[in-house]
Amino acid sequence: MAERANQVRQDPPADRRGSSTEEVRSGASSDVDIEQILDEIDEVLEANAEDFVRNYVQKGGE
Amino acid sequence: MSVDKICGIETEYGVISRGLEMSSVTASSLLVSAYGGESMQIDWDFIHERPYMDARGFSVGERLDPEIDYQLVNRVLTNGARYYVDHAHPEYSSPECVTAMDALLYDLAGEAILRRSMVLTRDLLAEQGAEIVVYKNNSDGKGNSYGCHENYLVSRSLPFSDIVRHMTVHFVSRQIFTGSGKLGSENGMSGGPNSFQISQRSDFFEEEVGLETTLRRPIINTRDEPHAEASKFRRLHVIVGDANMSQTATYLKIGTTQILLSMLEDGALPPDLVLDEPLGAIRSVSRDLDLNQSIRLQSGRLTTALNIQFQYLEAAEGWIQVDAVNDKIDQDRRLIVRLWREVLEGLTGDRFGLADRVDWLAKLKMIEGFRMRHDLSPEDSRLKAIDLQYHDLREDRGLAYRAGLRRLVDESSVSKAMVNPPSDTRAFLRGEVLRRWPEQVVSANWDSVVFDVGSGSLVRLPMDDPAWGTKMDVGLVLEECSDLNDLLTRISTSATMSGT
Repeated sequence: MAERANQVRQDPPADRRGSSTEEVRSGASSDVDIEQILDEIDEVLEANAEDFVRNYVQKGGE
Repeated sequence: MSVDKICGIETEYGVISRGLEMSSVTASSLLVSAYGGESMQIDWDFIHERPYMDARGFSVGERLDPEIDYQLVNRVLTNGARYYVDHAHPEYSSPECVTAMDALLYDLAGEAILRRSMVLTRDLLAEQGAEIVVYKNNSDGKGNSYGCHENYLVSRSLPFSDIVRHMTVHFVSRQIFTGSGKLGSENGMSGGPNSFQISQRSDFFEEEVGLETTLRRPIINTRDEPHAEASKFRRLHVIVGDANMSQTATYLKIGTTQILLSMLEDGALPPDLVLDEPLGAIRSVSRDLDLNQSIRLQSGRLTTALNIQFQYLEAAEGWIQVDAVNDKIDQDRRLIVRLWREVLEGLTGDRFGLADRVDWLAKLKMIEGFRMRHDLSPEDSRLKAIDLQYHDLREDRGLAYRAGLRRLVDESSVSKAMVNPPSDTRAFLRGEVLRRWPEQVVSANWDSVVFDVGSGSLVRLPMDDPAWGTKMDVGLVLEECSDLNDLLTRISTSATMSGT
Protein backbone atom coordinates (compact mmCIF):
# COMPACT_ATOMS: atom_id res chain seq x y z
CA MET A 1 0.00 0.00 0.00
CA ALA A 2 1.35 3.40 -0.87
CA GLU A 3 1.93 5.81 1.96
CA ARG A 4 -0.30 8.82 2.28
CA ALA A 5 1.51 11.82 0.87
CA ASN A 6 2.31 14.22 3.64
CA GLN A 7 3.18 17.40 1.85
CA VAL A 8 2.98 20.73 3.56
CA ARG A 9 0.89 23.21 1.63
CA GLN A 10 2.00 26.75 1.04
CA ASP A 11 0.63 29.51 3.18
CA PRO A 12 -2.28 31.42 1.68
CA PRO A 13 -1.11 34.42 -0.34
CA ALA A 14 -0.75 37.75 1.38
CA ASP A 15 -3.86 39.23 -0.21
CA ARG A 16 -5.97 36.90 1.90
CA ARG A 17 -4.61 38.08 5.25
CA GLY A 18 -7.41 39.20 7.50
CA SER A 19 -10.02 37.23 5.60
CA SER A 20 -12.72 35.86 7.88
CA THR A 21 -13.35 33.01 5.51
CA GLU A 22 -10.06 31.22 5.91
CA GLU A 23 -9.68 28.20 3.78
CA VAL A 24 -9.33 25.17 6.00
CA ARG A 25 -6.56 22.87 4.93
CA SER A 26 -7.29 19.39 6.11
CA GLY A 27 -3.63 18.47 5.99
CA ALA A 28 -2.80 15.08 4.62
CA SER A 29 -6.33 14.33 3.46
CA SER A 30 -5.98 16.98 0.74
CA ASP A 31 -3.15 15.00 -0.75
CA VAL A 32 -4.44 11.50 -0.56
CA ASP A 33 -2.49 9.32 -2.91
CA ILE A 34 -4.42 7.57 -5.68
CA GLU A 35 -3.27 4.14 -4.46
CA GLN A 36 -4.68 4.92 -1.03
CA ILE A 37 -7.97 5.97 -2.63
CA LEU A 38 -8.14 2.78 -4.69
CA ASP A 39 -7.45 0.68 -1.59
CA GLU A 40 -10.42 2.33 0.07
CA ILE A 41 -12.64 1.79 -2.95
CA ASP A 42 -11.69 -1.90 -2.88
CA GLU A 43 -12.78 -1.96 0.74
CA VAL A 44 -16.13 -0.13 0.57
CA LEU A 45 -17.43 -0.54 -3.00
CA GLU A 46 -20.85 -2.22 -3.20
CA ALA A 47 -20.21 -5.98 -3.12
CA ASN A 48 -22.63 -6.77 -5.91
CA ALA A 49 -22.03 -3.86 -8.24
CA GLU A 50 -24.24 -5.20 -11.00
CA ASP A 51 -27.32 -5.49 -8.76
CA PHE A 52 -26.59 -2.17 -7.13
CA VAL A 53 -26.36 -0.36 -10.46
CA ARG A 54 -29.45 -2.11 -11.83
CA ASN A 55 -31.53 -1.39 -8.73
CA TYR A 56 -30.52 2.22 -8.41
CA VAL A 57 -33.69 3.64 -9.95
CA GLN A 58 -35.10 7.04 -9.07
CA LYS A 59 -38.27 8.83 -9.93
CA GLY A 60 -37.73 12.08 -11.80
CA GLY A 61 -38.01 15.09 -9.56
CA GLU A 62 -38.10 18.89 -9.40
CA MET B 1 -26.20 49.52 -8.54
CA SER B 2 -26.62 45.81 -7.98
CA VAL B 3 -28.72 44.36 -5.14
CA ASP B 4 -27.11 41.98 -2.65
CA LYS B 5 -27.12 38.54 -4.21
CA ILE B 6 -29.03 36.80 -1.46
CA CYS B 7 -29.09 33.17 -2.46
CA GLY B 8 -29.85 29.61 -1.48
CA ILE B 9 -29.52 26.04 -2.73
CA GLU B 10 -32.32 23.45 -2.96
CA THR B 11 -31.18 19.87 -3.28
CA GLU B 12 -33.29 16.85 -4.12
CA TYR B 13 -31.46 13.76 -2.94
CA GLY B 14 -31.55 10.35 -4.54
CA VAL B 15 -32.95 7.74 -2.15
CA ILE B 16 -33.05 3.94 -2.05
CA SER B 17 -34.14 1.41 0.55
CA ARG B 18 -32.42 -1.88 1.23
CA GLY B 19 -33.73 -4.92 3.00
CA LEU B 20 -37.35 -3.75 2.91
CA GLU B 21 -39.61 -2.94 -0.01
CA MET B 22 -40.85 0.61 0.27
CA SER B 23 -41.68 3.37 -2.16
CA SER B 24 -39.30 6.28 -2.52
CA VAL B 25 -42.08 8.52 -1.18
CA THR B 26 -42.25 6.43 1.99
CA ALA B 27 -38.47 6.33 2.32
CA SER B 28 -38.28 10.09 1.87
CA SER B 29 -41.08 10.68 4.38
CA LEU B 30 -39.35 8.46 6.95
CA LEU B 31 -36.13 10.41 6.58
CA VAL B 32 -37.77 13.80 7.02
CA SER B 33 -40.02 12.67 9.87
CA ALA B 34 -37.19 10.99 11.73
CA TYR B 35 -35.19 14.18 11.90
CA GLY B 36 -35.79 16.29 14.99
CA GLY B 37 -38.87 14.50 16.27
CA GLU B 38 -42.53 15.32 15.94
CA SER B 39 -42.31 18.47 18.07
CA MET B 40 -40.50 20.14 15.19
CA GLN B 41 -43.32 19.63 12.72
CA ILE B 42 -44.33 23.08 11.52
CA ASP B 43 -46.56 23.31 8.47
CA TRP B 44 -45.31 24.93 5.32
CA ASP B 45 -47.55 27.77 4.24
CA PHE B 46 -48.24 27.63 0.49
CA ILE B 47 -50.08 30.93 0.23
CA HIS B 48 -47.45 32.71 -1.88
CA GLU B 49 -46.32 29.78 -3.99
CA ARG B 50 -46.92 30.44 -7.65
CA PRO B 51 -44.68 28.14 -9.64
CA TYR B 52 -46.61 28.76 -12.85
CA MET B 53 -46.00 32.49 -13.09
CA ASP B 54 -43.62 33.08 -15.97
CA ALA B 55 -40.88 35.72 -15.72
CA ARG B 56 -41.62 36.75 -19.28
CA GLY B 57 -44.88 38.23 -17.96
CA PHE B 58 -47.65 35.66 -18.20
CA SER B 59 -49.12 32.84 -16.17
CA VAL B 60 -49.65 29.39 -17.61
CA GLY B 61 -52.48 28.90 -15.12
CA GLU B 62 -54.20 25.57 -15.56
CA ARG B 63 -51.86 24.29 -18.22
CA LEU B 64 -49.74 22.41 -15.74
CA ASP B 65 -51.20 20.26 -13.04
CA PRO B 66 -50.44 21.42 -9.53
CA GLU B 67 -47.61 19.31 -8.23
CA ILE B 68 -47.61 20.29 -4.60
CA ASP B 69 -48.89 17.47 -2.44
CA TYR B 70 -50.14 19.06 0.72
CA GLN B 71 -50.10 15.72 2.50
CA LEU B 72 -46.38 15.20 2.25
CA VAL B 73 -44.03 15.86 5.11
CA ASN B 74 -42.82 19.43 5.39
CA ARG B 75 -40.56 20.88 8.02
CA VAL B 76 -39.24 24.30 8.74
CA LEU B 77 -36.00 24.11 10.71
CA THR B 78 -34.48 26.42 13.28
CA ASN B 79 -31.62 27.15 10.88
CA GLY B 80 -34.20 28.74 8.58
CA ALA B 81 -34.19 25.89 6.06
CA ARG B 82 -37.09 23.87 4.68
CA TYR B 83 -36.77 20.08 4.82
CA TYR B 84 -39.50 18.16 3.04
CA VAL B 85 -40.60 15.51 0.58
CA ASP B 86 -40.80 16.75 -2.98
CA HIS B 87 -42.20 14.25 -5.46
CA ALA B 88 -40.31 11.11 -4.49
CA HIS B 89 -37.19 12.68 -3.01
CA PRO B 90 -36.14 14.19 0.28
CA GLU B 91 -35.36 17.83 -0.39
CA TYR B 92 -33.49 20.38 1.65
CA SER B 93 -33.82 24.06 0.76
CA SER B 94 -31.19 26.11 2.52
CA PRO B 95 -32.01 29.35 4.28
CA GLU B 96 -31.32 32.61 2.47
CA CYS B 97 -27.63 33.51 2.59
CA VAL B 98 -25.70 36.65 1.67
CA THR B 99 -22.35 35.14 0.72
CA ALA B 100 -21.36 32.10 -1.32
CA MET B 101 -19.44 30.89 1.74
CA ASP B 102 -22.64 30.89 3.79
CA ALA B 103 -24.53 29.21 0.94
CA LEU B 104 -21.86 26.48 1.00
CA LEU B 105 -22.06 26.23 4.80
CA TYR B 106 -25.84 25.79 4.77
CA ASP B 107 -25.66 23.33 1.89
CA LEU B 108 -23.23 21.27 3.98
CA ALA B 109 -25.60 21.62 6.94
CA GLY B 110 -28.27 20.08 4.70
CA GLU B 111 -25.95 17.21 3.84
CA ALA B 112 -25.31 16.68 7.55
CA ILE B 113 -29.07 16.74 8.24
CA LEU B 114 -29.62 14.05 5.60
CA ARG B 115 -26.79 11.99 7.14
CA ARG B 116 -28.35 12.36 10.57
CA SER B 117 -31.74 11.36 9.14
CA MET B 118 -30.18 8.23 7.64
CA VAL B 119 -28.73 7.24 11.01
CA LEU B 120 -32.08 7.82 12.74
CA THR B 121 -33.99 5.73 10.19
CA ARG B 122 -31.34 3.03 10.39
CA ASP B 123 -32.12 2.75 14.11
CA LEU B 124 -35.85 2.67 13.35
CA LEU B 125 -35.45 -0.06 10.74
CA ALA B 126 -32.75 -2.03 12.55
CA GLU B 127 -35.10 -4.84 13.53
CA GLN B 128 -36.06 -5.46 9.93
CA GLY B 129 -32.41 -5.29 8.94
CA ALA B 130 -33.37 -2.53 6.54
CA GLU B 131 -31.71 0.72 5.66
CA ILE B 132 -32.45 3.89 3.69
CA VAL B 133 -29.52 5.33 1.76
CA VAL B 134 -29.27 8.85 0.39
CA TYR B 135 -27.24 10.07 -2.61
CA LYS B 136 -26.35 13.64 -3.45
CA ASN B 137 -26.43 13.31 -7.22
CA ASN B 138 -28.77 14.18 -10.09
CA SER B 139 -29.31 11.11 -12.19
CA ASP B 140 -29.91 7.38 -11.84
CA GLY B 141 -28.22 6.62 -15.16
CA LYS B 142 -31.55 5.40 -16.53
CA GLY B 143 -32.99 8.66 -17.79
CA ASN B 144 -34.38 9.99 -14.50
CA SER B 145 -33.04 13.25 -13.19
CA TYR B 146 -33.65 15.28 -10.05
CA GLY B 147 -32.36 18.71 -9.36
CA CYS B 148 -30.05 20.87 -7.37
CA HIS B 149 -31.44 24.34 -7.87
CA GLU B 150 -29.86 27.66 -7.03
CA ASN B 151 -31.75 30.84 -6.26
CA TYR B 152 -30.47 34.38 -6.54
CA LEU B 153 -32.13 37.65 -5.70
CA VAL B 154 -31.98 40.04 -8.62
CA SER B 155 -33.37 43.48 -9.20
CA ARG B 156 -36.78 43.60 -10.88
CA SER B 157 -35.44 46.44 -13.00
CA LEU B 158 -33.03 44.08 -14.75
CA PRO B 159 -34.78 42.94 -17.96
CA PHE B 160 -35.22 39.17 -17.97
CA SER B 161 -33.99 39.07 -21.56
CA ASP B 162 -30.61 40.36 -20.33
CA ILE B 163 -30.38 37.43 -17.93
CA VAL B 164 -31.13 35.01 -20.75
CA ARG B 165 -28.66 36.69 -23.07
CA HIS B 166 -25.71 36.90 -20.70
CA MET B 167 -26.13 34.11 -18.15
CA THR B 168 -26.79 31.23 -20.55
CA VAL B 169 -23.15 31.29 -21.63
CA HIS B 170 -22.08 31.03 -17.99
CA PHE B 171 -24.39 28.12 -17.24
CA VAL B 172 -23.08 26.27 -20.28
CA SER B 173 -19.38 26.96 -19.68
CA ARG B 174 -19.18 26.76 -15.85
CA GLN B 175 -19.70 22.99 -16.10
CA ILE B 176 -15.94 22.63 -16.48
CA PHE B 177 -15.56 23.26 -12.75
CA THR B 178 -19.09 22.63 -11.41
CA GLY B 179 -19.73 19.31 -13.17
CA SER B 180 -19.99 16.26 -10.91
CA GLY B 181 -19.14 13.79 -13.68
CA LYS B 182 -21.18 10.91 -15.02
CA LEU B 183 -20.45 7.60 -16.68
CA GLY B 184 -22.82 7.20 -19.61
CA SER B 185 -25.34 9.23 -21.58
CA GLU B 186 -29.07 9.54 -21.06
CA ASN B 187 -32.22 10.92 -22.58
CA GLY B 188 -31.24 9.75 -26.06
CA MET B 189 -28.07 11.83 -26.16
CA SER B 190 -24.90 10.67 -27.86
CA GLY B 191 -22.03 8.92 -26.16
CA GLY B 192 -23.19 5.51 -25.03
CA PRO B 193 -23.09 3.84 -21.61
CA ASN B 194 -19.32 3.72 -21.19
CA SER B 195 -18.37 7.28 -22.04
CA PHE B 196 -17.58 9.66 -19.25
CA GLN B 197 -18.97 13.19 -19.31
CA ILE B 198 -18.45 16.27 -17.17
CA SER B 199 -22.01 17.02 -16.05
CA GLN B 200 -24.74 14.92 -14.47
CA ARG B 201 -27.43 17.21 -15.83
CA SER B 202 -26.55 18.34 -19.33
CA ASP B 203 -28.30 15.45 -21.07
CA PHE B 204 -31.60 16.68 -19.67
CA PHE B 205 -31.74 20.18 -21.15
CA GLU B 206 -33.89 20.52 -24.24
CA GLU B 207 -34.95 24.18 -24.28
CA GLU B 208 -33.08 27.44 -24.00
CA VAL B 209 -35.73 29.24 -21.95
CA GLY B 210 -38.93 28.03 -20.31
CA LEU B 211 -41.04 27.36 -17.27
CA GLU B 212 -40.74 23.59 -17.00
CA THR B 213 -38.54 21.84 -14.47
CA THR B 214 -39.52 18.18 -14.92
CA LEU B 215 -39.57 17.67 -18.67
CA ARG B 216 -38.13 19.53 -21.63
CA ARG B 217 -36.02 21.35 -19.07
CA PRO B 218 -34.72 24.81 -20.05
CA ILE B 219 -31.21 26.19 -19.45
CA ILE B 220 -32.85 29.35 -18.13
CA ASN B 221 -35.91 28.69 -16.01
CA THR B 222 -38.51 31.43 -16.09
CA ARG B 223 -40.41 30.63 -12.90
CA ASP B 224 -41.36 34.04 -11.53
CA GLU B 225 -42.02 33.33 -7.90
CA PRO B 226 -39.96 35.94 -6.08
CA HIS B 227 -40.79 35.02 -2.46
CA ALA B 228 -40.19 38.72 -1.90
CA GLU B 229 -41.65 42.07 -2.84
CA ALA B 230 -42.37 41.48 -6.52
CA SER B 231 -42.11 45.12 -7.55
CA LYS B 232 -38.48 45.24 -6.38
CA PHE B 233 -37.11 41.74 -6.81
CA ARG B 234 -36.95 38.63 -8.88
CA ARG B 235 -35.67 35.29 -7.73
CA LEU B 236 -33.61 33.76 -10.50
CA HIS B 237 -34.30 30.03 -10.24
CA VAL B 238 -31.34 28.18 -11.75
CA ILE B 239 -32.07 24.53 -12.46
CA VAL B 240 -29.16 23.68 -14.73
CA GLY B 241 -26.49 22.86 -12.12
CA ASP B 242 -25.15 19.62 -10.71
CA ALA B 243 -25.23 18.79 -7.00
CA ASN B 244 -21.65 18.91 -5.78
CA MET B 245 -19.73 16.89 -3.25
CA SER B 246 -16.68 19.17 -3.57
CA GLN B 247 -16.92 22.24 -1.36
CA THR B 248 -14.86 24.24 -3.85
CA ALA B 249 -17.30 23.34 -6.62
CA THR B 250 -20.37 24.40 -4.63
CA TYR B 251 -18.63 27.59 -3.54
CA LEU B 252 -17.60 28.53 -7.07
CA LYS B 253 -20.92 27.51 -8.60
CA ILE B 254 -22.70 30.00 -6.34
CA GLY B 255 -19.95 32.59 -6.09
CA THR B 256 -19.22 33.03 -9.78
CA THR B 257 -22.94 33.24 -10.56
CA GLN B 258 -23.50 35.83 -7.82
CA ILE B 259 -20.67 37.98 -9.12
CA LEU B 260 -21.77 37.76 -12.77
CA LEU B 261 -25.38 38.62 -11.89
CA SER B 262 -24.21 41.65 -9.92
CA MET B 263 -22.02 42.69 -12.83
CA LEU B 264 -24.97 42.27 -15.17
CA GLU B 265 -27.03 44.60 -12.98
CA ASP B 266 -24.14 47.06 -13.11
CA GLY B 267 -23.80 46.76 -16.88
CA ALA B 268 -20.27 45.41 -16.40
CA LEU B 269 -20.36 42.14 -18.33
CA PRO B 270 -18.55 41.79 -21.65
CA PRO B 271 -21.32 42.44 -24.19
CA ASP B 272 -20.26 39.99 -26.88
CA LEU B 273 -20.19 36.70 -24.95
CA VAL B 274 -23.46 35.33 -26.25
CA LEU B 275 -23.80 31.75 -27.46
CA ASP B 276 -25.02 30.90 -30.91
CA GLU B 277 -26.43 27.46 -30.06
CA PRO B 278 -26.69 26.94 -26.30
CA LEU B 279 -28.32 23.49 -26.41
CA GLY B 280 -25.68 22.01 -28.69
CA ALA B 281 -23.00 23.72 -26.62
CA ILE B 282 -24.20 22.45 -23.23
CA ARG B 283 -23.91 18.86 -24.47
CA SER B 284 -20.63 19.28 -26.30
CA VAL B 285 -18.99 21.00 -23.32
CA SER B 286 -20.14 18.16 -21.08
CA ARG B 287 -18.41 15.68 -23.41
CA ASP B 288 -15.27 17.73 -23.93
CA LEU B 289 -12.92 16.16 -21.39
CA ASP B 290 -9.93 17.78 -23.11
CA LEU B 291 -11.58 21.20 -22.84
CA ASN B 292 -10.65 22.26 -26.34
CA GLN B 293 -13.94 21.91 -28.23
CA SER B 294 -14.93 25.03 -30.18
CA ILE B 295 -18.15 26.82 -29.34
CA ARG B 296 -19.59 29.44 -31.67
CA LEU B 297 -20.68 32.80 -30.35
CA GLN B 298 -23.41 34.89 -31.98
CA SER B 299 -20.68 37.20 -33.26
CA GLY B 300 -19.36 34.26 -35.29
CA ARG B 301 -16.21 33.98 -33.18
CA LEU B 302 -15.16 30.49 -32.14
CA THR B 303 -14.02 29.99 -28.57
CA THR B 304 -13.99 27.34 -25.82
CA ALA B 305 -15.76 26.98 -22.47
CA LEU B 306 -12.43 27.53 -20.73
CA ASN B 307 -11.74 30.74 -22.66
CA ILE B 308 -15.24 32.02 -21.92
CA GLN B 309 -14.67 31.41 -18.22
CA PHE B 310 -11.29 33.19 -18.37
CA GLN B 311 -12.95 36.17 -20.02
CA TYR B 312 -15.63 36.33 -17.34
CA LEU B 313 -13.02 35.86 -14.61
CA GLU B 314 -10.87 38.71 -15.90
CA ALA B 315 -13.89 41.00 -16.12
CA ALA B 316 -14.83 40.01 -12.55
CA GLU B 317 -11.30 40.65 -11.27
CA GLY B 318 -11.51 44.16 -12.66
CA TRP B 319 -15.02 44.74 -11.35
CA ILE B 320 -14.63 43.65 -7.72
CA GLN B 321 -11.86 46.17 -7.18
CA VAL B 322 -14.20 49.05 -7.88
CA ASP B 323 -17.29 47.70 -6.17
CA ALA B 324 -16.59 47.03 -2.48
CA VAL B 325 -20.07 46.59 -0.95
CA ASN B 326 -19.20 45.65 2.61
CA ASP B 327 -16.47 43.73 4.31
CA LYS B 328 -18.07 40.31 4.36
CA ILE B 329 -19.27 40.41 0.75
CA ASP B 330 -16.03 41.96 -0.46
CA GLN B 331 -13.91 39.33 1.26
CA ASP B 332 -16.11 36.60 -0.14
CA ARG B 333 -15.75 38.00 -3.66
CA ARG B 334 -11.98 38.16 -3.35
CA LEU B 335 -11.82 34.53 -2.30
CA ILE B 336 -14.21 33.56 -5.11
CA VAL B 337 -12.09 35.13 -7.83
CA ARG B 338 -8.89 33.75 -6.30
CA LEU B 339 -10.23 30.18 -6.30
CA TRP B 340 -11.87 30.74 -9.69
CA ARG B 341 -8.48 31.67 -11.18
CA GLU B 342 -6.76 28.81 -9.39
CA VAL B 343 -9.24 26.34 -10.84
CA LEU B 344 -9.21 27.75 -14.39
CA GLU B 345 -5.42 27.78 -14.45
CA GLY B 346 -5.45 24.23 -13.11
CA LEU B 347 -7.72 23.22 -15.98
CA THR B 348 -5.19 24.44 -18.52
CA GLY B 349 -2.38 22.20 -17.25
CA ASP B 350 -2.38 18.72 -15.69
CA ARG B 351 -6.05 18.77 -14.83
CA PHE B 352 -5.84 15.92 -12.36
CA GLY B 353 -4.11 18.35 -10.03
CA LEU B 354 -7.66 19.58 -9.47
CA ALA B 355 -8.96 16.16 -8.40
CA ASP B 356 -9.10 17.59 -4.87
CA ARG B 357 -11.39 20.46 -5.92
CA VAL B 358 -13.39 19.49 -9.01
CA ASP B 359 -15.87 16.62 -8.69
CA TRP B 360 -15.74 15.32 -12.25
CA LEU B 361 -11.96 15.06 -12.09
CA ALA B 362 -12.02 13.38 -8.67
CA LYS B 363 -14.55 10.87 -9.99
CA LEU B 364 -12.77 10.29 -13.30
CA LYS B 365 -9.51 9.70 -11.46
CA MET B 366 -11.20 7.05 -9.32
CA ILE B 367 -12.92 5.32 -12.21
CA GLU B 368 -9.83 5.28 -14.43
CA GLY B 369 -7.54 4.27 -11.58
CA PHE B 370 -9.84 1.44 -10.54
CA ARG B 371 -10.25 0.23 -14.10
CA MET B 372 -6.51 0.07 -14.60
CA ARG B 373 -5.76 -1.50 -11.23
CA HIS B 374 -8.16 -4.38 -11.87
CA ASP B 375 -7.74 -4.43 -15.65
CA LEU B 376 -11.50 -4.08 -16.17
CA SER B 377 -13.38 -3.76 -19.42
CA PRO B 378 -15.10 -0.38 -19.91
CA GLU B 379 -18.55 -1.94 -19.41
CA ASP B 380 -17.76 -3.48 -16.00
CA SER B 381 -20.57 -2.60 -13.55
CA ARG B 382 -18.09 -1.68 -10.86
CA LEU B 383 -17.20 1.47 -12.80
CA LYS B 384 -20.79 2.72 -12.83
CA ALA B 385 -21.05 1.68 -9.17
CA ILE B 386 -18.15 4.03 -8.40
CA ASP B 387 -19.99 6.82 -10.26
CA LEU B 388 -23.10 6.31 -8.08
CA GLN B 389 -21.34 5.57 -4.82
CA TYR B 390 -19.26 8.75 -5.16
CA HIS B 391 -22.45 10.52 -4.00
CA ASP B 392 -23.39 8.08 -1.19
CA LEU B 393 -23.82 10.16 1.97
CA ARG B 394 -22.95 7.33 4.38
CA GLU B 395 -19.66 8.21 5.98
CA ASP B 396 -18.51 4.61 5.93
CA ARG B 397 -19.37 4.14 2.24
CA GLY B 398 -19.36 7.44 0.38
CA LEU B 399 -16.50 7.61 -2.11
CA ALA B 400 -16.37 11.41 -2.32
CA TYR B 401 -15.47 11.37 1.37
CA ARG B 402 -12.44 9.29 0.39
CA ALA B 403 -11.34 11.44 -2.54
CA GLY B 404 -9.19 13.84 -0.50
CA LEU B 405 -11.38 16.82 -1.45
CA ARG B 406 -10.26 20.12 0.05
CA ARG B 407 -12.41 21.72 2.67
CA LEU B 408 -13.38 25.37 2.90
CA VAL B 409 -15.59 24.98 5.98
CA ASP B 410 -14.84 23.12 9.20
CA GLU B 411 -17.09 20.50 10.82
CA SER B 412 -17.92 22.53 13.93
CA SER B 413 -19.31 25.37 11.78
CA VAL B 414 -21.46 22.84 9.92
CA SER B 415 -22.82 21.43 13.20
CA LYS B 416 -23.79 24.93 14.31
CA ALA B 417 -25.40 25.67 10.95
CA MET B 418 -27.64 22.61 11.33
CA VAL B 419 -29.50 24.45 14.11
CA ASN B 420 -28.66 28.15 13.88
CA PRO B 421 -29.78 30.44 11.05
CA PRO B 422 -27.54 32.84 9.13
CA SER B 423 -27.47 36.17 10.96
CA ASP B 424 -27.75 38.50 7.99
CA THR B 425 -30.96 37.63 6.13
CA ARG B 426 -34.62 37.18 7.09
CA ALA B 427 -33.78 33.53 7.78
CA PHE B 428 -32.45 34.79 11.12
CA LEU B 429 -35.89 35.91 12.30
CA ARG B 430 -37.59 32.78 10.90
CA GLY B 431 -35.13 30.51 12.67
CA GLU B 432 -35.15 32.43 15.94
CA VAL B 433 -38.95 32.55 16.33
CA LEU B 434 -39.05 28.82 15.60
CA ARG B 435 -36.43 28.12 18.21
CA ARG B 436 -38.06 30.33 20.85
CA TRP B 437 -41.77 29.74 20.29
CA PRO B 438 -42.15 26.51 18.32
CA GLU B 439 -45.55 25.82 19.87
CA GLN B 440 -46.86 29.18 18.68
CA VAL B 441 -45.63 28.99 15.09
CA VAL B 442 -48.54 27.62 13.07
CA SER B 443 -46.88 27.73 9.68
CA ALA B 444 -44.03 29.41 7.88
CA ASN B 445 -42.73 29.97 4.38
CA TRP B 446 -40.01 32.04 2.77
CA ASP B 447 -41.75 35.38 3.11
CA SER B 448 -43.92 35.09 6.21
CA VAL B 449 -44.54 33.31 9.48
CA VAL B 450 -48.01 32.69 10.96
CA PHE B 451 -48.33 32.67 14.75
CA ASP B 452 -51.04 31.56 17.12
CA VAL B 453 -51.04 34.46 19.55
CA GLY B 454 -53.63 32.91 21.85
CA SER B 455 -57.40 33.04 22.13
CA GLY B 456 -57.64 31.50 18.68
CA SER B 457 -56.24 34.41 16.72
CA LEU B 458 -53.63 33.95 14.08
CA VAL B 459 -51.19 36.68 13.12
CA ARG B 460 -49.13 36.69 9.93
CA LEU B 461 -45.74 38.37 10.11
CA PRO B 462 -44.83 39.38 6.55
CA MET B 463 -41.15 39.25 5.59
CA ASP B 464 -41.21 40.57 2.03
CA ASP B 465 -37.67 41.86 2.14
CA PRO B 466 -35.12 39.03 2.22
CA ALA B 467 -32.59 41.44 3.72
CA TRP B 468 -34.83 42.40 6.68
CA GLY B 469 -35.10 40.36 9.86
CA THR B 470 -31.36 40.09 10.39
CA LYS B 471 -29.63 39.93 13.75
CA MET B 472 -28.88 43.61 13.33
CA ASP B 473 -32.56 44.39 12.68
CA VAL B 474 -34.21 42.25 15.35
CA GLY B 475 -31.49 40.71 17.53
CA LEU B 476 -31.89 43.21 20.35
CA VAL B 477 -35.71 43.12 20.24
CA LEU B 478 -35.60 39.32 20.42
CA GLU B 479 -33.42 39.52 23.53
CA GLU B 480 -35.50 42.19 25.20
CA CYS B 481 -39.06 41.10 24.48
CA SER B 482 -40.99 39.32 27.23
CA ASP B 483 -42.97 37.02 24.95
CA LEU B 484 -44.11 36.55 21.37
CA ASN B 485 -46.89 39.14 21.56
CA ASP B 486 -44.42 41.67 22.87
CA LEU B 487 -42.05 40.85 19.99
CA LEU B 488 -44.79 41.28 17.39
CA THR B 489 -45.88 44.58 18.92
CA ARG B 490 -42.34 45.92 18.94
CA ILE B 491 -41.68 44.74 15.39
CA SER B 492 -44.87 46.21 13.97
CA THR B 493 -44.19 49.50 15.74
CA SER B 494 -40.68 49.75 14.35
CA ALA B 495 -41.86 48.60 10.93
CA THR B 496 -44.51 51.35 10.86
CA MET B 497 -42.01 53.93 11.96
CA SER B 498 -39.42 52.96 9.39
CA GLY B 499 -41.93 52.29 6.65
CA THR B 500 -40.67 48.74 6.10
